[in-house]
Amino acid sequence: MTRTVVLVDAVRTPFGKAGGMYAGTRADDLMVRAIRGLLDRNPKVDRSTIEDVAIAAATQTGDQGMNIGRSTALLSGLPNTVPGYSIDRWCAGAMTAVTTIAGAIAMGTNDLAIAGGVEHMGNHPIGEGLDPNPRYLAERIVEQDALAMGATAERLHDRFPQLTKLRADQFALNSQIKTAKAYSEGKIQRDLIPTAARNAELGWGVATVDEPPRPQTTMEGLAGLKTPFRPAGRVTPGNSSGLNDGATAALLASEEKALELGLTIKAKLVTFAFVGVEPEIMGYGPVPATLKALKQAGLKIEDIGAFEVNEAFAVQVIAFLDHFGIADDDPRVNPYGGAIAVGHPLASSGVRLMLNLARTFEEKPEVRYGITTMCIGLGMGGTVIWENPHFKGSK
Amino acid sequence: MSTNITLPAGAPEEVVTHALVRDIDLAAFGGQGSLALITLDNSLDHNRPNTFGPQSLTALDAAITDAIGRKPAAIAITGKPFIFAAGADLSALAFLNDHSQAMAIGKLGHDVFRRLGESKIPTFAFINGLALGGGLEVGLHCHYRTLSSTAFIALPEVFLGLVPGWGGATILPKLIGPERAVQVIILNALNNNTMLKSKDALKLGVVDAVFDPADYLERSISFAVGVLNGSTKIDRPDYSNDPAWDSALATGKAAALKKYGGAEIASPTKALELIAAARKDDLGKGFDAEDKVLADLVMSDPLRASLYAFNLIQKKRKKVEGAPKPALARKVAKVGVVGAGLMASQLALLLLRNLKCPVVMTDIDQARADKGVAWVKNELDKLVEKKRMSAESAARLALLISGSADQKVFANCDFIIEAIFEELSLKQELFKKLEAIVSPECVLATNTSSLSVEAMTQGLKNPERVVGFHFFNPVAVMPLLEVARTSTTDDATTATAIAVGKELKKVMIICKDAPGFVVNRLLTRFMGEVTDAVDEGTPPAVADAAMMEIGFPMSPFQLLDLVGPGVALHVSETLHKNLGPRYRISPTMQRMVKEGVRNFYTKNEDGTFTPNPAAVALVEKGNTPSTAEQVRDRALKALAEEARAMLDEGVVSSPAEIDLCMLMGAGWPMHLGGILPYLDRTGISESTSGKRFHDKGVASLPAKN
Repeated sequence: MTRTVVLVDAVRTPFGKAGGMYAGTRADDLMVRAIRGLLDRNPKVDRSTIEDVAIAAATQTGDQGMNIGRSTALLSGLPNTVPGYSIDRWCAGAMTAVTTIAGAIAMGTNDLAIAGGVEHMGNHPIGEGLDPNPRYLAERIVEQDALAMGATAERLHDRFPQLTKLRADQFALNSQIKTAKAYSEGKIQRDLIPTAARNAELGWGVATVDEPPRPQTTMEGLAGLKTPFRPAGRVTPGNSSGLNDGATAALLASEEKALELGLTIKAKLVTFAFVGVEPEIMGYGPVPATLKALKQAGLKIEDIGAFEVNEAFAVQVIAFLDHFGIADDDPRVNPYGGAIAVGHPLASSGVRLMLNLARTFEEKPEVRYGITTMCIGLGMGGTVIWENPHFKGSK
Repeated sequence: MSTNITLPAGAPEEVVTHALVRDIDLAAFGGQGSLALITLDNSLDHNRPNTFGPQSLTALDAAITDAIGRKPAAIAITGKPFIFAAGADLSALAFLNDHSQAMAIGKLGHDVFRRLGESKIPTFAFINGLALGGGLEVGLHCHYRTLSSTAFIALPEVFLGLVPGWGGATILPKLIGPERAVQVIILNALNNNTMLKSKDALKLGVVDAVFDPADYLERSISFAVGVLNGSTKIDRPDYSNDPAWDSALATGKAAALKKYGGAEIASPTKALELIAAARKDDLGKGFDAEDKVLADLVMSDPLRASLYAFNLIQKKRKKVEGAPKPALARKVAKVGVVGAGLMASQLALLLLRNLKCPVVMTDIDQARADKGVAWVKNELDKLVEKKRMSAESAARLALLISGSADQKVFANCDFIIEAIFEELSLKQELFKKLEAIVSPECVLATNTSSLSVEAMTQGLKNPERVVGFHFFNPVAVMPLLEVARTSTTDDATTATAIAVGKELKKVMIICKDAPGFVVNRLLTRFMGEVTDAVDEGTPPAVADAAMMEIGFPMSPFQLLDLVGPGVALHVSETLHKNLGPRYRISPTMQRMVKEGVRNFYTKNEDGTFTPNPAAVALVEKGNTPSTAEQVRDRALKALAEEARAMLDEGVVSSPAEIDLCMLMGAGWPMHLGGILPYLDRTGISESTSGKRFHDKGVASLPAKN
């Protein structure tokens, strides 16, 4: 029954800073824009043949509520025969939307579907409306730190003393440099859908580039930043992703359907894994998730030629690299920079990793396998292994 | 722009529409350079649309200068959510008291808007929402236009007594040709201000492209990039040699004459002249002519009366004068209609469609009741056929209508309206019978046109739940509803009646239970003077044409035919009995009713009317004929006298309510302000009762200082 699942295409809105260029824009409108942009790029796809729309959001109320999958399907002008559902796995929302849809395609129940995610952290500040069960702390199911993501990043530094603040800052600076370079080469813009955004004081504008990057970042500047999660800590706004707004959307298909319709195939899904870890060091999640996925695929880490690791925190990425013996500045890792530069609108980021990986696949036909991986709040990691359809044999 | 226009004294402060400029990078759309996007936004929500007063125009002027200074590849102008712009700020117009001031406002609009047309940089209007009048005109000046698929656009000026005088009357005929321009500027405006849907706007060529609202701005920018790089070509035919100029202008003229009963009214006439001139004149000359026409109209009493009427209707549509608190209204979940004749059936259909609750009709036998129900169901089917109702809605409503010969079916009704024969004793008897069946709170409403509602409550245990609820024919079309309170009608009953009226989307006035209420009392008096003149020996053609120049939608005898001689005679008899001999009973009418002659005119195939010989033969042969002028004079004096009497008696509380009634219940035109502003400006009010109805400056030009 298992069939090959392919990534046909993926796009995103430019990402904004919370309170920034999307302050007057609704989350569902961002999601709609991503979906419509995706469909515009794929005119061969008859909209009525889309069989499901899975959309993730970490906070599912207000403009991210009402079953945002179905809601944005209707708002995007898809025929009302196209169903939709909402997904939540916090930061790995869009990644889970992709793997859940992939499961349905592999099972043979869908041939063509949309997966994506959105987070408008300006409208929905992190932790909004949360009501942690008092048992968490009373019964010591988790420690207090587990409930604040910045604190979990500090705990990762505690756990692995070799992951110094200097290394984290260096990684963060590199992310900004790589992003600035990718922008100057026009590589990031390729998958951005220009998005109208109104500002009551300034009038209508169109977001065409990400708002968060700080290309002027320096080591000195990073060194001087405050550590908001603990006194004399190591985690700063400079070596973390920010609070962001944005949406992503991916078109997934069975390989047969993609070939039948003559659709592009940007990546082939090999396998995926989600694994839990201690919630206090949630940033470690990508390590066991990747180990599990590699095992399922029968691959070794050396087989992976391209990495897209979500940069919720720099320390969490270098913890991953450290584990696998990969250098902090290995060129295979996040070649276009990452969330520290472009932002991390929680549930949307998974697809951003995939669209970057797909571009790397295009550029590097010598790479056969790549992974997208990310850490997830409350102690999880998720990894998806992809195969490069452009693979021409290793050099 | 150095033009500095200060608002006239008394005018409300202008709600300024700001014009904000931002750069859009066209590289993201596959283009080159940037687009300077001007957003029109008055900082309020969509309930207060963007408008253009002097400060707003000056702000737009500055924005255009700013945009040009950015050296963009294109300039575009768009609106705030749901609204592009609703046109000139009309609130100040009513206070202008100087022709040069009016000229200056017209010229300021042109001077600013034409910069978009004359710009060397390509200009685009991204009409993202409602665009009316000057709002659409600013778009017409631009080189290209896109429209949101759900937006409506119109040039309603002629409907308001103006002309599209900020470029519309000159640009549109050049852009889309004479026939379509006449359609938009004249025919649609006169047809109760019909607005264009996006697909029609595209078909007519008023806009170049239509995009869904979901990503309207982004697609509009892509369209602009296509135009800029030449991949999108927009054809602009030259219409100056179009063969349809004469016929289009004639069509427009005929429509205006028909609308105003043969009278030549200034705004459509002037608009047609401007359209005609657009064939040969260049834009500059056309704009100059527009300035002059606009200023002349603005400085005229008919326009002031129109603005007054327009504002009056808008205001009273929302708020019924003297209405009790809406919270007092009782829930209406089942409605009864007594009678199943044509009028009753029409009422049942109207109530059913709007209240969507069970409606039960009764008549003296089951067959008649069934006939009424069948008529209603047939009308529902027709609506489905015409695609004005879904089959599903019709099915839902068809299950809610029923008929019976037994009035016990009214038992759990909350609101019952009677439309039985106009005979007081029958209605009294009916209400007594109903009282034995229904709850003490059930509202008993009567659609009587002239009988005393109070008299119908005689002997009732709960007279406080009786109210007059008077519709105008055809009930589904005429917007007015007169709600008549007796001396005992309580607030809960009135509030419930008003709530039902609101559901029926009617404009309402609350009046005292007085004979003929408002509209019939005035119309009958007015008609009476005309029929009297005929009975005295004035040739019917002369008497009936006497009012033509005023611009009523139909002549008195055409109105008589619409009402029917039987009803008209009955009403005049009732008013004669209750209000005195100034309401005379015409022997001609009596004979028509007696002989069963139902029409004074027969309608010809081409829509014209010929006197019906059978009726003409019945005309009383008096020997003191009047001239047309004399007929007009006495009829208008009668109106002034009766209106004054109604105010003195407290039938309504203000002259404005009388005007509202004539606008909405009789369809009298806005340039008369209903009727009282016209009587004021012709001096008839003062010569009849020694005073005006409205102060000078209200619905008229202010006194010269």
